[in-house]
Order: sequence, then C-alpha cells, then structure tokens
Amino acid sequence: MRRVRHTVPNVLLAHVALAAYTVIALFPIFIIIINSFKTRKAIFRDPLALPGPENFSLVGFETVFRQGDFFLYMQNSLIVTVASLFFILLFGAMAGFALAEYRFKGNTLMALYLAIGIMIPIRLGTISILEIMVATNLVNTLTALVLVYIAQGLPLAIFILSEFMRQVSDDLKNAGRIDGLSEYRIFFVLVLPLVRPALATVAVFNMIPIWNDLWFPLILAPGEATKTLTLGSQVFIGQFVTDWNAVLSALSMAMFPVLVLYLIFSKQLIRGITSGAVK
Amino acid sequence: MGSLGLKNIHMSFGTNEVLKDINLEVEDGEFVIFVGPSGCGKSTLLRIIAGLEDPVRGDVEISGQLVNAMPASKRKIAMVFQTYALYPHLTVEKNMSLGLRQAGAASSYIERQISLAVEMLELEPYLKRKPAELSGGQRQRVAIGRAIVRNPDLFLFDEPLSNLDAALRVNMRIEIARLHRELKSTVIYVTHDQIEAMTLAQKIVVLRDGRIEQVGSPMKLYKDPDNMFVAGFLGSPAMNFIEAGHLGVGGKAATVGVRPEQLTPSRRGRVSGTVSHLEHLGAETNIFVNTDGGLITVRQFGEASLDIGARIGLDFRDEDMLFFDSNGQRLR
Repeated sequence: MRRVRHTVPNVLLAHVALAAYTVIALFPIFIIIINSFKTRKAIFRDPLALPGPENFSLVGFETVFRQGDFFLYMQNSLIVTVASLFFILLFGAMAGFALAEYRFKGNTLMALYLAIGIMIPIRLGTISILEIMVATNLVNTLTALVLVYIAQGLPLAIFILSEFMRQVSDDLKNAGRIDGLSEYRIFFVLVLPLVRPALATVAVFNMIPIWNDLWFPLILAPGEATKTLTLGSQVFIGQFVTDWNAVLSALSMAMFPVLVLYLIFSKQLIRGITSGAVK
Repeated sequence: MGSLGLKNIHMSFGTNEVLKDINLEVEDGEFVIFVGPSGCGKSTLLRIIAGLEDPVRGDVEISGQLVNAMPASKRKIAMVFQTYALYPHLTVEKNMSLGLRQAGAASSYIERQISLAVEMLELEPYLKRKPAELSGGQRQRVAIGRAIVRNPDLFLFDEPLSNLDAALRVNMRIEIARLHRELKSTVIYVTHDQIEAMTLAQKIVVLRDGRIEQVGSPMKLYKDPDNMFVAGFLGSPAMNFIEAGHLGVGGKAATVGVRPEQLTPSRRGRVSGTVSHLEHLGAETNIFVNTDGGLITVRQFGEASLDIGARIGLDFRDEDMLFFDSNGQRLR
C-alpha cells in the first residue's frame, strides 16, 4: 500500500505551495473588495492600500443603489441562474440515464448528436436565436435567457452525467424493477442520489458562465425590468468615463451569491472530480 | 407452483449471439444451478427468466404460465444479486418490505413475512440499520431476506457468494442449503464456481458459449459426463486428458480421461514421468507429473513422500477410463 508520508517538511512544503496559490487566486478579488470601500482619488493614487479613516468612502455603493435597480438585477440574475441550472441538471440527468441505461437503435448516434454542442459555441447562432425569440415574443423576458442557457449547458451535462450513470450498479436498478418501482422512481430515488457528486460538478461548471454572461442579456433581454447584474453593472462603464467606485462596489456585491452557491456545491464537487481517481 | 419452463430461448446483443436454443424444464422445489465459464450466457439466461431482459425468440413459463410479456415485478420471482443491490437510503426493514409495499400488500402480511425472514436469517439486530453500516456477509443475508419476504414462486441467485471471502462463503453455502430445505421452494442459482455447483445443486446445468452442454445431478455429471468440456469443468483438480495413442488405446477414441484421484503411483504403471510439483493440502497431496503425454495431476490421500524430480509410474483401472472422440464427445 502506498502512503503519503506526513513528515514536518513535507506538510510545510505542501502548505506553502497551497498558500501561495491561494494568495494568487484571491488577490484580484481582494483588490476589488478593498477598493470598493475607497474614494476615487485613493483608488488611483494607491490601488493596493487598505481602506483607512482618511480614504474610506461608501460612495460607490451609494451610486449603485441610487442608479438603476440593483436588487432587481440581482434577483433577475439569481432567477436565471437557478432556473437554468435546475433544468440543465434535470434534463441532462434524464438524457444521461436514458443513454446509459436503455439499448435502442441509434443510441450511439443520439449520444454523439447531443455532444456536438460541446464543440460548437452557441453564440454562433445568436442571430437565429434572436429571430426565434422575436417570433415567439420572448425578447426582454427572463424565459428567453433561461432557454438559451439550458441549450448551452445541456451538451456537456449529458456527456458528463451519462458517463457517471453508467457506473451506477445494474443490480441496484434491477432490484428496483423486481420490487416493482417505476423507471421514474428508479431514476429519482435510486440513481440520482448516487450521482450527486457529478450533478454538483455540472452545476458549478455551468453556474459561473451563466452568472457572468453579458452577451445574451445584452441581446435578448436588455430591458430595464429584465437586466441581469452583469448587464446592469455596465451602466457605470462608459466609453470615456468609468465610475470605478460604482463598478467595484457592484462587482463586490455580485460575487456573494455565486460564492454562496459555490459553497453549497463545493463539497460534492471535490468528490465528483476525484471519484475514480482514488478508488 | 414454482416450476419453470424454457423453450427455444435465443438471445443476442447486436451480432453477438449469447444464447442459442436453450430448452430446460425445472420442477417445483428443485435446486438448479447454472454453471459455466464467464461469458457463457448463464447470467443473461437468469435475467431473461427474471424478466430483466427480453429474449430475441423463445418462451418462458413460470408455474405453467407464459410470462413473456410480464414485467419482472409481476412474475412472482425474487432475485439475490452478486453486489447485494440493497437500497442505500433505506433501513434493512424498509429494504425488505419495499417490494410488498409496492405491490400493495396488507401491512399485517408484510409484518408476518418480515418476521419470518428475520427469524430464519437472524437479522433482528440490524433491522433499523442502513446497508452502509453492515458487513458484506450481513448485507448478503439482508438481500436473501428481501427475497424471502416476497414469498416468490422462484428464487433467483446471481453469483451471490462471489463477493464474500472464503470462510464466509462456506457458511453462506450451508445457510442457503438450509433455507432451501426449510422453504421447499424452487431455486435457480448461477455461479462459475464448480464447488458451489457440486455442493448445493440437485440438478446442474452446464453452459458453454450459449449452449447447454449437459443437465443432470452433480454425481451423474461427475461420473458420466457427455463430453470433455463437462468432464474438465467439474472436479478440482481437473480431469487428466491423455492422448489415446499414447496409452495404446485403439478404435475411435482420440482422448482418454482419468480423474486425478483414480491414479495411483506404482513402480510399473501405464504412464511414467517425473514429479514436477507437489501441493501439500494436509488431508491430501496433489502430485504434478510431467509425462510424455503431457502434465498429469494425481490426487493422493494423506501425505506423499516424494521429491520433485523423482521418477514415478502411474496406474489406473480400466473401468476408470472415459473415452472421447476427436470432437470431444464421449464414446460410451
């Protein structure tokens, strides 16, 4: 049996390396947060300085709350992200289960067809998508965004989840069939809990791009009532003048919902990525 | 009640034919074992009986009723799996009762069935536990309990002992034999282990490449095999096959088979060679002898005082020889 030796130098070295990486990864976020609490002059004079009594200012946050409807944007972003994730996971898991579990003609072809989306960026179809949304009266609705994000997320979700579904023991599913469980009960009650780590992995991979996306909100839902947070923050970035206080404050606040979602998924995520590697 | 009939079962996955024209009758209360090397189709056949796979052609009858179109849950069968397949989120009690609850049985009946299984398998201390808190042997007892609770016409076992360690396997073997005696129900049991087949079965079905090679009681197959495959598959160490010409046997026989325990060392035997390896098992000794006709295994009871490299002659009685033609079929 192989064992990692826990000697003092080994542990120390590992921690130094990890700490260095943490600092590098967190540094931009740190800069954004400290500068959001500073006056405009202080941001430019000394971007790395911590906010102190002489340069402390909440003017950025005040601007954000005064201009535009920050909480509405936040709510829009949350609705779009959570709804998209829910349907990506639901449909992705269902399709993955069908591809992994049932033998039918064209199974492999279907799997390939569903995976093509991984290689072709959905943005190539923006014009057609816009035309469809105009035709179906969905422009300036959150539904439009949710639909597009589901389409964008499904290919990779199906690809990853069908791989995990294959690892679920056949015996367990067959035991359920003999006990008279329906295929839906087998899927929801027996199989889904066993692929939870994979679900979390897919959720995290999809969450960040959806939350941060500017392209589709700008094109499909630029109206005031449907603006997402990322789009809403753009009002502070002008062609000639950028209100850095407001931009940094808006970004600081935009980070928290994602962080919370990430914390929910992260424990499962680690298991998802390392499963198979350590077993 | 509890009989099984298979008629002209054919099965294939894609172009790969895994079962070819399987015909079999099992009577009520019989303990039947499907045995064969991996990939011979025995597990597929069991899943067809259970209704988990649909055969390409052929009929399955359970208790005299054609069940081709009947889903697994309605066939009055219960199955025990190699990987136990307990529901991880349910307690032992709920695991055992799920099937009956799904079928809408009365709760008093469910309780009676569970207490029957609990008593037979001594599961009382584990009822409130989840499968993750049980050892492998305990999990397999729960899986068997789950099968008993359903009160099926037909018990199906799919290599139930393969995941257990050797000592536990012997115990569970005895336990399964006892359960069969007490329940008097029909059992279909799949294994690749010929010792399980010999010790448990009333009737052994030997399969190879999707065909039934021979059906019969363990001792009938051991003493009177139809072909070289059955002769070589049952018995450990395996039967010795010697070229007929080497022994001076004429006629149509191409190969002569002799069981290791029927060979005796003697000064002037029919074959001779040098001892190449010895296995001391305590009660018996396996002697491996290199002869001109190939490696021959001799099983001697007690301890053999031989050295590796020693010259040795081997003898056997005429009536212990089995003759096979060039296709491996037995000549009688």
